[in-house]
Amino acid sequence: MKPLRVTGHSIACAAGIGQHALAAALCNRVSGLRPNDLSEYPLATWIGRVAGIEDVCLPDHLLEWDCRNNRLAWLALNADGFLERAVSMRSRYGADRVALVVGTSTSSIGASEEGYRRLLPDGQYPEDLRRPIVHTPHSLGDFVRAALGLEGIVVTVGTACSSSAKVFAQAERLMNLGLVDAAVVGGVDSLCGSVLFGFNSLELVSPEPCRPFDISRRGISIGEAGGFALLERSGERGPWLLGYGESSDAHHMSSPHPEGLGARLAMEAALQRAGFTPDAVNYINMHGTASQKNDEVEAHVVASLFPATTRASSTKGWTGHALGAAGILESAITFAAMEMGIAPGTLNARELDPSCGPQIRVLNEPADIRVALSNSFGFGGSNCSLLFGRDQDA
Amino acid sequence: MRESAATAHTAFVNGVALWAPRIPGWNVAAPVLRGEAAAADQPAPRPVPAVLAATERRRAPDTVAIALEVAARACESAGVDPAELASVFACTEGDMAISDYMCETLARTPMLISPTRFHNSVHNAAAGYWCIGTGCMQPYTALSAHRDTFGEGMLEALVQAQSTGRATLLVAYDIEARGPLATMAHSRGMVGAGAVVSPKAGAASLARIRWRTVRGMERTAPLVRNAELVAGNAMAACLPFFEAIALEEARTARFGLSPTMLLEMDFDFPTRNDGSWP
Repeated sequence: MKPLRVTGHSIACAAGIGQHALAAALCNRVSGLRPNDLSEYPLATWIGRVAGIEDVCLPDHLLEWDCRNNRLAWLALNADGFLERAVSMRSRYGADRVALVVGTSTSSIGASEEGYRRLLPDGQYPEDLRRPIVHTPHSLGDFVRAALGLEGIVVTVGTACSSSAKVFAQAERLMNLGLVDAAVVGGVDSLCGSVLFGFNSLELVSPEPCRPFDISRRGISIGEAGGFALLERSGERGPWLLGYGESSDAHHMSSPHPEGLGARLAMEAALQRAGFTPDAVNYINMHGTASQKNDEVEAHVVASLFPATTRASSTKGWTGHALGAAGILESAITFAAMEMGIAPGTLNARELDPSCGPQIRVLNEPADIRVALSNSFGFGGSNCSLLFGRDQDA
Repeated sequence: MRESAATAHTAFVNGVALWAPRIPGWNVAAPVLRGEAAAADQPAPRPVPAVLAATERRRAPDTVAIALEVAARACESAGVDPAELASVFACTEGDMAISDYMCETLARTPMLISPTRFHNSVHNAAAGYWCIGTGCMQPYTALSAHRDTFGEGMLEALVQAQSTGRATLLVAYDIEARGPLATMAHSRGMVGAGAVVSPKAGAASLARIRWRTVRGMERTAPLVRNAELVAGNAMAACLPFFEAIALEEARTARFGLSPTMLLEMDFDFPTRNDGSWP
C-alpha cells in the first residue's frame, strides 16, 4: 500500500495525558497502575485509571453526550493540540471529506450501568441519564463527530481489543478508494463494572500490577485510555502507516488460537502489505496482556517469525490493558519509541517465561527504530497488526 | 466546502438473506416485498444457528442466532464457501438482552457475572462465532453507527470488496430491547439482513449496483405496504435494499452514513431475455 502520514496524534492514558507525559513515564519507567479504587463493589486488582476524568466539564453543546467514556474522549481530543489540528484539517479538506473511524469495546455502557444502579422505583432511568445516545455503542463516534464538526462517514468499530487498531485499516481503505481525502481515527475505552467484573469472572484479572511475559504472571490489569490520530496522504511531518494486517482465529471466543495462527497471519499480512520482510522490523509493541495464554502464544509467534535483532516488549505494565483503546494507545507508544530512539522494555516483568525468544526485552534500550509493529488481538479471535515507519524515513 | 466527489464504483449482489418474524427467509420474504403474497400471521420462532456445534445452538444469544442464520443463507444464496469470505457485521445496539443482564447483575451482585455472558457481550460476538463455526480465518469487522448502522455496514462491505477484488459478506441485525435499557435503546422484534457483494459478476448475480457517497439527509424509506414487517426494529433501515432486489426494477436507494452523508446505490438487473446486464 501507499504509506499514509500520521500528521497529528494525541493520547490520554494512566501513564500520562499527552505525548510528553507518556514519553517521560516510558523513559523513567513509572507505572500508571494503582490499586482498584473505581468500582463501588470492591475488587482486589490493579487498574490503569486516568486522573481527572471526573473533573472534566464538557462544553454546553456537547452535554448531551456526557459520560465517563466521552469525557475521556474529550481529554484525549484536547491533548497534544489535537483538536486544533483536526479542525484545521477539516477546513482544509471539507467536513464531508474527512472520515471518522473510532474504536471502542464497551463505549459508554458505564452510563447504562449507572442507570441500573440508580433506577427509579417505576423502573425508569434517573432523569439525568435519559439520553439515548449514551446508551448505544455509537455514543463514541457520534460524540467525536459533534466535537469535531465532521459531516462525512462516521462509524464506531467494536471488535473488542483490536477495535482501535482496525480503525487504521478501515480508514486506509476509504482513503485509497478516494471516498475521503483524510481521516480521524482513534479509540476510547473507559473503566466500568462490565470489564472489571467481566474479566474477573473469567479469572483473568491480576491481584497485583500486571507482569507481561513473566514466568509467574497472574493476569491482566485493566486500564482505560483515549487517543486519536490524523491520517493524510502527505504532510510535513509525522510517522507513517506502512501497512496493516487483519485476521480471525476461528478458534474460541475468549482464548487465542493455541499456535497463534491468527496472530501470525495478521503480522505477516501487515509486512506483506508494506512490502517488508521481518528483519526490517526494529521494534514490536506486543499485545502482551499478561494473561497466561496470550503471552505464551504471542511470544512463540514472535520468536518464530522475527530475527533476534528485532526488539519486542509489552508496555501494559505502564498503562494496563486499555481494551478497545489498546490499538491507539500502543500506536502512540510506538510513535514515542521511534521518536525518542528508545525501545521500551516490559515493565514489571522480572523473570521471562521460557516461551519468550531473544526479541522480548525487560529493560528499556536505546534503539534506532525506523520500522515498528504494533499488535492488538481481541476476544472473538479478532487480530490486527499495524506497521509504522519513523517520521524522517519517508 | 466542495461537494463530495461522486465517482461511482460498481459491485454485484451475488447473494442475499433476510429474516424478520413474519418473513423468516428470503424465499418467503421476496414475494411479500413484491406485494404478491401476504406475510405470515404468526411470528416464526427464532432461527437455529446451524453452523454452531449442537451444544452451542440452544445457548447462543439472540444476536448470534439471527446473525449466523442470515450469514449462512446469504453464502448459500451466493454459492460461496463461508470460509473464503471476509465479513462485516453491523449491529446498532449489540445484544440488548445481555446488556440488560450485565447492568442488572452489576447493580446487585457483580461478583456473580457469568463468564460466558460476559464474553458474549462483546459487539463482535456474532462475528467471532461465525468464524469459529465456519473455520473462517479471513478478517471480519463489527461496527455500529446508531441509525446509520446498515448504511455504514454496507459501505464497509462494498469498500472491502472493491479494495480486495473479492466477494465480501455483510451481516446486519438487531434484536428486541429488554429491561430498563429498552426505555433508551428502542428496538422491537428481530431482524437479520445478509448480502454477499462482489466487484465481479457471478453466474447468478442478483443485481448490479453503482454506488457512491453523497451529501444529503433523505434516506430511502421502506414501501408503505412493507414498513410494518420491520417497524420498530433498529435495523429497519435495511429494508429498501431488499425491496430493490425483490422488485428487480432499476431504481436508486439511499442509506444514511451520518446525519449529513448518504450511501447512494443505483440498482439494475440482468435483462429477462438473455441475462445480460443493461
